Amino acid sequence: MKSLKAFTVAAALAVAASPAYAGPTFDAVKAKGFVQCGVNLGLYGFSAPDDKGNWSGLDVDVCRAVAAAVFGDSTKVKYSPLSAQQRLPALQSGEIDLLARNTTWTLSRDTANGLNFTVVNYYDGQGFMVPTKLGVKSAKELNGATVCVLPGTTTEQNLADWFRANKLTYKPVVIEKNEELAAAFIAGRCDVYTSDASQLAAIRANEMPNPADYAILPELISKEPLAPAVRHGDDQWLDVVRWSIFAMIAAEEKGVTMGNVDQMAASSADPEVKRLLGVTAGNGKSLGLDEGWAKAVIKQVGNYGESFERNVGQGSKLKIARGQNSLYNHGGLMYAPPFK
Amino acid sequence: MSGMGKSAKPTTLRALLYSARFRGVLYQVLVVGGVLALGWYLVHNTLANLAARGIATGLGFLGQESGFDIGEGMIPYSAADTYARALLVGVLNTLKVAVLGIMLASVIGLTVGIARLSRNWLIARLATVYVEGVRNVPLLLQLFVWYGIVTALPVPRQAIDIGLGVFLSNRGLKIPAPVWHDSYWPAIIVLALAFLGLFVLRRWAMERMNRTGHPFPWLSTGLGAMVVLPLLTLMVTGAPVEWSIPELKGFNFQGGVDLSPEFAALLAGISVYTAAFIAEIVRSGILAVPHGQTEAALSLGLSRAKTLRLVVLPQALRVIVPPLTSQYLNLLKNSSLAVAIGYPDLVSVANTAINQTGQAVEGVALTMTVYLIVSLALSLLMNWYNSKVALVTR
Repeated sequence: MKSLKAFTVAAALAVAASPAYAGPTFDAVKAKGFVQCGVNLGLYGFSAPDDKGNWSGLDVDVCRAVAAAVFGDSTKVKYSPLSAQQRLPALQSGEIDLLARNTTWTLSRDTANGLNFTVVNYYDGQGFMVPTKLGVKSAKELNGATVCVLPGTTTEQNLADWFRANKLTYKPVVIEKNEELAAAFIAGRCDVYTSDASQLAAIRANEMPNPADYAILPELISKEPLAPAVRHGDDQWLDVVRWSIFAMIAAEEKGVTMGNVDQMAASSADPEVKRLLGVTAGNGKSLGLDEGWAKAVIKQVGNYGESFERNVGQGSKLKIARGQNSLYNHGGLMYAPPFK
Repeated sequence: MSGMGKSAKPTTLRALLYSARFRGVLYQVLVVGGVLALGWYLVHNTLANLAARGIATGLGFLGQESGFDIGEGMIPYSAADTYARALLVGVLNTLKVAVLGIMLASVIGLTVGIARLSRNWLIARLATVYVEGVRNVPLLLQLFVWYGIVTALPVPRQAIDIGLGVFLSNRGLKIPAPVWHDSYWPAIIVLALAFLGLFVLRRWAMERMNRTGHPFPWLSTGLGAMVVLPLLTLMVTGAPVEWSIPELKGFNFQGGVDLSPEFAALLAGISVYTAAFIAEIVRSGILAVPHGQTEAALSLGLSRAKTLRLVVLPQALRVIVPPLTSQYLNLLKNSSLAVAIGYPDLVSVANTAINQTGQAVEGVALTMTVYLIVSLALSLLMNWYNSKVALVTR
């Protein structure tokens, strides 16, 4: 049970010798030879293992990108599947080096919980899914509804806030496991299922007996910038993770892909591409990495657009449109600072 | 003082170390000191680690607005209330299911335990199947089955109309409820007085029976009075009786009171499960009473029912009560499995609070403290009862 896990983490905090995690995370990661990455227990498109136990997804690609940047090898990752409640204590206690688990960037997590968020790798928002036979077209029609919701996320709070702000009433049904919650929703115990819109798409595609019987309502009731996080106390590690993600975004903007990265490195005349791919030296040294770090990321993981389409976009079952997650010059919010 | 009768006590260090009494004290001091030092180390180290990671500590979060809703509760609560009140709602929900569960499990357990010893072949075998079937399947799976059963009921728009305004659907059982009026107070007071009167009546009946040998049906008389007297008061004071009747509005029934599917599944699950263990305890208790007692009672002309109630059970209780206490405590703690089927008990509410505030150490500590206090209170109560039924030896 999760409460048990919370307890063990509390106990781990109690017995951990103080200096064990005082040293910079970056040095510890390089010394042990792999990145310990906290991911979702199983959320299709973001992090889920296949039948052979290989992890894939948009969040998993962040873990792989960081491993490629640090070791030149995207397979040097060990995954820690974590529930919503386990994730923060796991990062705080030093059990993992990096948390890439569809985690919303909020002020309290950034401060009181001792985390540093890196870069938003997916702009999400909380939405509602209803059976089409209810005939509901807008979330404003949900007065008096019973709502299925997972515990241990910002979801419960957003739900309460939104219904209060709109002077509507509802009854929550809070169940800990995804599968049990989906089963209760399918059985009609609740009228509405609420979660981040990306998760609703994943649940509709995978858990519902007939996806066409369910509709996702147009309202998004919250801002959910999902960002990988590291713990306080190692700025160099924060930089490495942050720029590994920026490298993927910059590569998309410059048209560098998995397929053409070697050719671009050999022939591109664009000074920014040359700096990005380490043809012009300097960036690697500043980060404490090999000059070819970003080239390894793009060659092994791909640019942001490739990762998006492969995991959640047209190349996947979810078929989520780019929307807010397009590059800034295509009307979205994805924007990497200059590589110089 | 050298002239003491006994030979001078050994005072050298070596002699002191060989003194059994001194060593006994020394070991105890060392153990207590060690435990205290370990405790201090754990607390100090936790605080140091939390401070080093910049994680907020303390119970200050209890006064902040919780910002989340809870499906059901015994006191008014909204997302605008504090974390402390949210946790209180959770504690009360845990107590509600535990108290009702203990009562239900005791009744089922006693019945099944006696049924296992029945001379009727079918009843005894059915009781055996129940006990062996239920106590050998993990409780969590049983809860999923119960929850599956209650959510498989029809949706509200096709609810089963039982009549008299009672509706059964997968949103729970909806029952009409009287609307509260302040003019009900006299009837409530009469009800409380009738309840106290029950004990007075029992005392008088026992005393009369010891004196004259004539029994008096104190229980049925007292319970009857508890029903009739408040109703009479209502009629005399002429209080208006107005019912809130469940009615399908929008998504769900409005009005009346409801028994939620989560509560029903949890109550059924933990009661049926614990009752199987209680049945075995009851059976062992009854078998521990020598058969000669039954034969003696029957030869005195007592009926079988009276033999069981007046001769066998009082003696069996001495064997039953101590292990029964453990089962009650198990039931209380098993109620925390509620998180799996969505009943908002203490653990469920605390989980949400922990995740929103990130203060896992405080949240888990608070939860553990509450369970500890409730369990100890229950233990004390049962130990007091045990000392009452225990054999008094002179």
